[in-house]
Amino acid sequence: MKSMAELEAIRKKTLERINLRREDESDNVRVVVGMATCGIAAGARPVMLKFMEEINKREMSNVTVSQTGCIGMCRLEPMVDVYMPGKEKVTYVHMTPEKVGRVVAEHIVNGRPVTEFTIGAAEE
Amino acid sequence: MDIYRAHVLCCGGTGCTSSGSAQIIERFEQKIKEAGLEKEVKVVRTGCFGLCEAGPVVIVYPEGTFYSRVKVEDVDEIVSEHLLKGRHVQHLVYTDHATHEQNANKGLQDINFYKHQKRVALRNCGVIDPENIDEYLAFDGYKALEKALTSMTREQVIDEILKSGLRGRGGGGFPTGLKWKFTYSSQADQKYVACNADEGDPGAFMDRSVLEGDPHCVLEAMAIAGYAIGASEGYIYVRAEYPIAVKRLEIAIAQAHEYGLLGENIFGTGFNFDIKIRLGAGAFVCGEETALMRSIEGKRGEPTPRPPFPAVKGLFGKPTMLNNVETYANVAQIILKGADWFASMGTEKSKGTKVFALGGKINNTGLVEVPMGTPLRTIIYDIGGGIPNGKKFKAVQTGGPSGGCLPAELLDTPVDYDNLIAAGSMMGSGGMIVMDEDNCMVDIARFFLDFTVDESCGKCTPCRVGTRRMLEILERIVNGKGEEGDIERLEELANTIKSTALCGLGQTAPNPVLSTLKFFRSEYEAHIREKRCPAHHCRALLHYVINPDLCRGCTACTRVCPVEAISGELRKPHQIDTSKCLKCGACAEKCKFHAITRE
Repeated sequence: MKSMAELEAIRKKTLERINLRREDESDNVRVVVGMATCGIAAGARPVMLKFMEEINKREMSNVTVSQTGCIGMCRLEPMVDVYMPGKEKVTYVHMTPEKVGRVVAEHIVNGRPVTEFTIGAAEE
Repeated sequence: MDIYRAHVLCCGGTGCTSSGSAQIIERFEQKIKEAGLEKEVKVVRTGCFGLCEAGPVVIVYPEGTFYSRVKVEDVDEIVSEHLLKGRHVQHLVYTDHATHEQNANKGLQDINFYKHQKRVALRNCGVIDPENIDEYLAFDGYKALEKALTSMTREQVIDEILKSGLRGRGGGGFPTGLKWKFTYSSQADQKYVACNADEGDPGAFMDRSVLEGDPHCVLEAMAIAGYAIGASEGYIYVRAEYPIAVKRLEIAIAQAHEYGLLGENIFGTGFNFDIKIRLGAGAFVCGEETALMRSIEGKRGEPTPRPPFPAVKGLFGKPTMLNNVETYANVAQIILKGADWFASMGTEKSKGTKVFALGGKINNTGLVEVPMGTPLRTIIYDIGGGIPNGKKFKAVQTGGPSGGCLPAELLDTPVDYDNLIAAGSMMGSGGMIVMDEDNCMVDIARFFLDFTVDESCGKCTPCRVGTRRMLEILERIVNGKGEEGDIERLEELANTIKSTALCGLGQTAPNPVLSTLKFFRSEYEAHIREKRCPAHHCRALLHYVINPDLCRGCTACTRVCPVEAISGELRKPHQIDTSKCLKCGACAEKCKFHAITRE
């Protein structure tokens, strides 16, 4: 037997888990990890898993993690694109699981891209 | 409970299951494990997505990529390409019939089939895992029950349903709120809530899809109904031919018990409610309310005269409120979003939406839900994708064996209860069978009558004997032995049966004949007077001929003819001996030059 409060907690928790099936994505943040052979070889999988772990931990229901193929800059892999609603895409390069925590905390939560990890910084 | 980065939704409805979705799900689980993705990707078996034509259907979220007609062999590619590398598998992506568009990044809502739909009763079908109560809860499940029990009086609940304008979705179209009110007003020590899930119309599968895709929404609505009318027990009468629906209902009832959403003292309000399942053994008549209740009681499923109506004297002689599955599927939404929201959809006298099972000669066979008042043309052409193989639309049959056929002139009829009756058909439970120029309307009438004769329970004479006499006349006509006066005899019988049969099924059984006589009378006359079937469908009235100008004498037809009825020299036009010909059509199918036609 569950109380009304317990039911409400199940509702909230489950919604986070299945939120990615929603069709309306206006407030959705998308984290896209390059996972072609080059990305995987450079260590993209631990990076992606770290993203998922962080998002899980912070119970962020509006963030989805997905994959994409090779965009041709294999030397900069693992690469991660972050799409915030209404903002331009930010591309991070040479990602490591250690860098993920800062990207989530500073960029996704607080809206300030971590400039030193971006493709712009790497190209300079 | 973990968050996964991708969900693979695979349809587990009856349609997709019969084309192998269970094996596909198994293969996905196996391959995902092999690829080491089991912590990242979740496979979910959902209910019906509606687009059964494209089944088995697989949708991969978060992208929302819609894969259609997936085979077990395709799973490896989806896993290695899409799930591992993030590249969608283009050749498996759904192609729109009308636009030939194939877009992997389009959401479901952008596909033509879904664009014109409004999903209320089917809101969770294909979205949630029907065997997981938590997913139902996540989409506001059991919130309406909570609201009704904790903040509404019984009268307020009934009033809300009454104001919404909801009418029975099983066919009759009786105002649901009134039914609730009558049962509420009946005084008795015990009352019952019942759900009619004995969906028997040929080609109809709306209720099955709701039960398979979202069983909890029916349980929740029945509990709300129980509270409103003062019943503590509910029965779901579901046909045994729906094993997946039965299994999911059983799981759902057990889960609801575990969470205290069924059983005693629900939400601590002192309200008790429990639901039992009863299986129907396949008799069509048991979908009729009085017969259904007798069958639940364990007696022979035969209708009884009304009054007394079930609201006064129903199951076990107690006041009983019986609604159809789809009617219940709307209830929780009305309580949550209010009667005004519901009444804002639809036409003046028919509110809300209606689910239709599209079948027959149509591109997108499947399940659609549209606001009442949507024209037939929108349903058949915009959503259904029109008629396959460039054929011409001839008629649409609505309402199953109790309904009628509507011709092309009525395609702009807005679909609601009253318009369909005015047009000579009826809403029925929502079957919609589309026919093209190759369908013979006399034979269609014969088909439906054959069904009712088979399914007549035999209790009253008009239905038992009358429909059989009608069938005999129709069989005579399609076999080329029709006589002058047959049409009049059919009409007389039909009108007598209509006014004297005991139950709704008998009273409506002549409808397919009456409506085809109304709109396609000339076809009956051609069969009887000219011994000709205008659609070239009735076997007794057609013969195959070879056009000598097109025939190249390739002998392909002579080789497939099972009775050696075709003769001729190599490279010279052939002939068919009509006295030997069985009219099997094998030669016409084989001919590459379209030289063989039916006349």
